[in-house]
Amino acid sequence: MLEIRNIDVFYGDVQVIWDVAFEVKKGEIVALIGANGAGKSTTLKTISGIVRPRKGEVIFDGAPIHTIEPYKLIEKGLALCPEARRLFVEMTVEENLDMGSLKGEAKKQRQKTKEMVFELFPRLGERRRQLAGTLSGGEQQMVAIGRGLMSLPKLLMFDEPSLGLAPILVREVFNVIKRIREAGTTVLIVEQNTKQTLAVADRAYVLETGKITLQGTGQGLLNDEHVKKAYLGV
Amino acid sequence: MTSVQLEVLLQTLISGLLLGGLYALIGIGMTLIMGVMKIINLAHGELMMVAMYIAYVLFSSFHIDPYLSILIAAPALFGLGVLLQKYLINPVLKVEAIIPENQVILTVGIGMVLANIATIIFSSDYKTTPVEYATKAWYLSDYWRESPIELSLSMPWSVSFCVALVITASLWFFLTKTDMGKSIRATAQDKDAALLMGVNVERMRVFTFGLGSALVGSAGCLFIPIYYLYPDLGGQFTLIAFVITILGGLGSTVGAIVGGLILGVFESLTATYAGMGWAPVGRFMIFVAALIFVPGGIMSLFKKRRLGK
Ligand SMILES: Nc1ncnc2c1ncn2[C@@H]1O[C@H](COP(=O)(O)OP(=O)(O)OP(=O)(O)O)[C@@H](O)[C@H]1O
Ligand SMILES: [Mg+2]
Repeated sequence: MLEIRNIDVFYGDVQVIWDVAFEVKKGEIVALIGANGAGKSTTLKTISGIVRPRKGEVIFDGAPIHTIEPYKLIEKGLALCPEARRLFVEMTVEENLDMGSLKGEAKKQRQKTKEMVFELFPRLGERRRQLAGTLSGGEQQMVAIGRGLMSLPKLLMFDEPSLGLAPILVREVFNVIKRIREAGTTVLIVEQNTKQTLAVADRAYVLETGKITLQGTGQGLLNDEHVKKAYLGV
Repeated sequence: MTSVQLEVLLQTLISGLLLGGLYALIGIGMTLIMGVMKIINLAHGELMMVAMYIAYVLFSSFHIDPYLSILIAAPALFGLGVLLQKYLINPVLKVEAIIPENQVILTVGIGMVLANIATIIFSSDYKTTPVEYATKAWYLSDYWRESPIELSLSMPWSVSFCVALVITASLWFFLTKTDMGKSIRATAQDKDAALLMGVNVERMRVFTFGLGSALVGSAGCLFIPIYYLYPDLGGQFTLIAFVITILGGLGSTVGAIVGGLILGVFESLTATYAGMGWAPVGRFMIFVAALIFVPGGIMSLFKKRRLGK
């Protein structure tokens, strides 16, 4: 479904991604793990077209997407829940969800999808008229995930969805991600919460200073000596 | 307070509010552009001047009422705004310049060019659109015979105010109830996130500059029946818009409305109690006071409580 072919990414003259290649198959949960500054967010930003690769290709559903306008991607079924949530803080919960469904089929199904999101997160239904900026961190993450779902994506990407959440909420977020996959959406997740991420991921890649150094199944990497030492603290 | 004093005060407040309604419209245009494009449009008043000349030509050549000329001037200004944004401002925004504020300087230049073109075409003479209802007014005593005080309500001022109200209300509806309006607000709040949602940010910027120009253009058509017109009038209104934007908090529409009303009332009070010539001084004082005491604008006072910051 998604294929990253040997991309190099630069910020100005500084290269942060080196020859990175990986793929996400339909129906999978794929994780990208790595330390701070490894280039995880940059990879997701490159897939979403916010930054461009200097070399290599990004193929989604058989067609290159690294050359098209970034605002056209959501209509193709590719959505990102960005790092730090990036909600529209001066808009209500409901307006934020509306923003996720501006185009095509997603717009037609808006009411239905919204009901579904409110079923998934009853808290949001109660707070639908509250400004997103006044929500708690956990609630904001729910809005971010809901907003991503509103576009009826084929592939939903998460950039550190568990960031800043209490352990009980982290578990809830991972449960939701599993449910999203069960409902038929493919998932690519970037996380520092390595243990729980690898536990839900079918496959995972380890990114270290802009290069992919390890890959395997989620279980396989959980038992990998290097991963254990560097990321699981055992 | 004697009844005469009360009369003067109330009359001053009324004209202040009427003026403030028009100011609000000017300020909203500026604040929208500010919010979405993160630039201060210092050609704002000159755009209004252009609309006023359009209304003037329509009136003097075709006897079209200034209020009706909104229907022509607003779309024309929208088009002018779009062209300016697309072919002048956007290209400049993209280059990395030695002066970071080069777009602001560019808008100053645009304003100067517009004023010069107006001088070449129309000379620097004062122009008016002498409509026959210019001095019509409603008097309180006509409706309430025993009224202890007398108040009057100028007809063109009231009509202008009401039209400004209708435009503002329509704009509010557009911004809150339509996807396009929400996309504009979203772009102002977080343009990358808006891009991820499928918003064509580039197009929103062009559209918003057009919309802001159309709004200030409408304000021009509302001003011309009660004001006079000359090529350099823009600068003064740019300053007014700027003060309102600072007062209201950069980018806040509601703030611009409140800021416009406050400025209108304040100017009206200074004009009555300190003399006509003091109004610009009052304006400047409000500006400085706003910068010192409410640097985030009036709306930030409410927001602090709301966002718990
Ligand atoms: N806009 C930018 N301009 C310049 N350098 C940047 C920019 N964004 C990121 N970088 C640099 O690129 C590198 C990778 O950053 P990135 O945000 O992709 O890391 P990350 O793996 O997501 O880290 P974290 O886990 O802390 O979010 C870092 O060294 C960072 O300083
Ligand atoms: Mg990151």
